[in-house]
Amino acid sequence: MWQSILKFIQKWFHRFGSPRWFYQTTGKWLPYLAVISVGLLVLGSIWGLGFAPQDARQGNSYRIIFIHVPISVLAMIGYYVMAAAGAVALIWKIKIANMVMVSAAPLGAALTFLALLTGSIWGKPTWGTYWVWDARITSMLILFFLYLGVIALNQAFTSRDTAYKACAILSLVGTVNIPIIYKSVDWWYTLHQPATIKLTGASSIHPDMLKPLIVMILGFYCFYALVLMLNTRTEILAREWRSSWVRGLSQ
Amino acid sequence: MKPARKQRLQLVIFIVSVASIGIGLAVYALRDNINLFYTPSQMLAGEAPQNTRIRVGGMVVVDSFVRNEDSLDTAFEVTDGAANIQIQYSGILPDLFAEDEAAVALGYWTSEKIFKAEEVMAKHDEEYTPPEVADAMEKAHQATDKNAPGLH
Repeated sequence: MWQSILKFIQKWFHRFGSPRWFYQTTGKWLPYLAVISVGLLVLGSIWGLGFAPQDARQGNSYRIIFIHVPISVLAMIGYYVMAAAGAVALIWKIKIANMVMVSAAPLGAALTFLALLTGSIWGKPTWGTYWVWDARITSMLILFFLYLGVIALNQAFTSRDTAYKACAILSLVGTVNIPIIYKSVDWWYTLHQPATIKLTGASSIHPDMLKPLIVMILGFYCFYALVLMLNTRTEILAREWRSSWVRGLSQ
Repeated sequence: MKPARKQRLQLVIFIVSVASIGIGLAVYALRDNINLFYTPSQMLAGEAPQNTRIRVGGMVVVDSFVRNEDSLDTAFEVTDGAANIQIQYSGILPDLFAEDEAAVALGYWTSEKIFKAEEVMAKHDEEYTPPEVADAMEKAHQATDKNAPGLH
């Protein structure tokens, strides 16, 4: 059974590994993904900002969680996407995996920056400070620097293969930071509160607030996939411009 | 899997595990420095340095908060359930600062066992409830308290 699953993955890998196939297939998906993500984000925003109840203690300022939480989740998931693509590229030498990896870096950096920014804006009215060097916030800042490091490494080499290899290794080394960010609020005393939505056990948020939050999280997942595909397509065009099929696109 | 790929897979696993173990050990060694604040128990046990800027955190003790009528001087106690310490602070408190809520103070631990704070931050918990639900829970809580007078 394992053999047949492996065979299937291999077959899929090789098809998906062709930049041309990736470009053409994602081109068909993009409009649907765009409609779904915009729809979910608009629905979630109106629901969260307009209809979800106020918080008993924070009043309306808690509503920033509808942006902050999904962005932070994807900033971390995005790192695994980048590192997994890097691992696949290292092991199987698949071109497209390299392209996905370097396309995920600026997207992840932007999300991490926004997570820090929205957290800071929320921190002032709630905690009384914009910034504090606690374990959660500091490890999130390290995540931001890791993304910047991948972006910088990608541009630091004249050889494409060397640049991709260096990015993949840095991505893999940085994965250790993700569980640290996630568990930081449980392992150490921090100012940042522990997780509200728990993987196991009941969430400590009222269902009327949780529902729009989940819509926003799903919306941001779709948005992430959409932007990652767009970035990867740009990377494909930049790297494959010599091939006849790319030249054919412009005619 | 082809031998060359197997080798590269092993390399990837090696990189990830060595990085994880290395950074894990470093973080474990630094665990005391990573904590944002000391607890009142740690401070009273003498684990916190005196006359250097440190943070202390805990729940603000109910009915411990006193405000000076003529100035911004305030005093309150924080607890971690096992020990309490007195904090003195002069300045504006964050909106979410309240008794029976968590707070973190930055300042100096003096030899008189009083913490002179320069900055006080409110620590929010992970619970989000609408006001009506919070009121209802409060009422239910009081009702059970009344039904069980022996617990007071």
